[in-house]
Amino acid sequence: MTAPVRLGRPPVVLLVPAVLASALVVVPLVALVASAPWSTMGERLASSAVAQALALSIGTSLVTVVACLLLGTPLAWVLARVQAPGLAVLRALVTVPLVLPPVVAGVALASAFGRTGLVGEPLRELTGITLPYTTAGVVVAHVFCSLPFYVLSVEAALRAAGEQHDAVAATLGASRWYAFRRVLLPLALPGIVAGSVLAWARSLGEFGATITFAGNFPGTTQTMPSLIYVALQADADDAKALALVLLAVSVAVLAGLRHRWLDPLRGGGR
Amino acid sequence: MNPRSPLPSTARTARTARTAARLRRVAGAACLALALTGLAACSSGSSSTDASGSTDSSTDSSSGQVDLTILAAASLTESFTTLADDFEKAHPDVHVTLSFDSSATLASQALDGAPADLLATADTTTMDSATDALDDAPEIFASNTLTMVVPADNPAGITDFADAVDGDATYVACVETAPCGSLWAAISKEEGVTSQPASLEVDVKSVLQKVTSDEADAGFVYVTDAAAAGDAVQTFTVPGAEDHVTSYPIAPLTQSEHPTLARKFIELVMSAEGQKVLADAGFSAPQG
Repeated sequence: MTAPVRLGRPPVVLLVPAVLASALVVVPLVALVASAPWSTMGERLASSAVAQALALSIGTSLVTVVACLLLGTPLAWVLARVQAPGLAVLRALVTVPLVLPPVVAGVALASAFGRTGLVGEPLRELTGITLPYTTAGVVVAHVFCSLPFYVLSVEAALRAAGEQHDAVAATLGASRWYAFRRVLLPLALPGIVAGSVLAWARSLGEFGATITFAGNFPGTTQTMPSLIYVALQADADDAKALALVLLAVSVAVLAGLRHRWLDPLRGGGR
Repeated sequence: MNPRSPLPSTARTARTARTAARLRRVAGAACLALALTGLAACSSGSSSTDASGSTDSSTDSSSGQVDLTILAAASLTESFTTLADDFEKAHPDVHVTLSFDSSATLASQALDGAPADLLATADTTTMDSATDALDDAPEIFASNTLTMVVPADNPAGITDFADAVDGDATYVACVETAPCGSLWAAISKEEGVTSQPASLEVDVKSVLQKVTSDEADAGFVYVTDAAAAGDAVQTFTVPGAEDHVTSYPIAPLTQSEHPTLARKFIELVMSAEGQKVLADAGFSAPQG
């Protein structure tokens, strides 16, 4: 495939901004690692609040991904395949959390699911269930912020898969549900994996909506970003140590995903 | 019934190849988007800070005059806005910019060389942490105590402090690293409170917001916050509150470009006129 054509050196107009862009992202990360209080790391992380917050962050982010898979995949299919008036508007609405300041997202969630919210008040009167200050409230806030990343990714994958597959499956006698499961889902798998990773990462770093809607209490609603923010008020070095833990967890998971999920698939093994 | 393999094998091979190609693209896109997500995470932190504090431009700055910037604790929002207006009236060529946030955040900003002239915090601990950035010894200009507020309609029917913390009521307080939280921690220990707040908010205005929006049955805020909230809350006394007073210091910063003006603002705060504004906002006179 490689043509024996000399393409020439990469143009400087592209290289210089590329180097600047890399530096903008990499330098702060390196600075964070370099300025971390390495000698006192052990004692700084040895509090039960850290273990609780880390467990809560990992747990809620995984539940968020499952919720995105179960709710977001059907939504992405509807947006990609169903022709109905109003779907364009729905699609625009679903992407709003991407641009909404997270704190405003928290206020919006409280207006809907708070104790006196549109849904929250009848829910509380009928079932006694309230979402603020609960771990379930944290998950609701995370799903709200993460879902757009997942849905957009999967919708793009479904659109890229093309409707001719649906048509071929239908001529061969497959029902729409069967075609979705056996044809579309495998085709969209890369988009589903990418969307899940994005949703998970967004959830792990989510802060503003969580602390505004669900509050901040160790063990129930204090996730790692909330703990880092609180630590920053008292001791910046504590905050850096905690941030490194969060960074290490996300890098470890992403590296693990690359090897166990992405690489075998990439090799075309199935 | 349904064919297990609806596509002929050649089509499957082609599909596999396409899948692999798509996967490579998606993997790249995911890494790219993760970088984006990292940015989103950064911005979520800063926008939250914006919620707890805000930059207030009291007057139009277009006339290109001297700009005096004051970093002030969130609980000073109402009183310092009034004082800044008074100061601008007395000095027509001066524009006062106020930046409200939690005391700890402001102290670390001052240490980091934030371009400001004055720092006013809600306790001496946070002021002491910024000692290296102070141009002069801090002066105590007011004091504040903790009180309990409930939403105007008192949904939980709370009758007093003991009722709020002993029953099933949902109440919120400040996190201990904030001055309002250290007051709460000391009082709740002294009163033998065994229940836990539903949430430990990062600053006092967040506690007040939880109460005024009916998301909490009760909250522990400063007397001044209760005064600022007016009819939106009912106020109850907290036992032992008078023994746990937080003092508000103000000090000029080394990076100030207008030390004389900064000194004049401190004089206004300490003057009878300034003390009246603070008293109107619910502050007590400086103690100790």
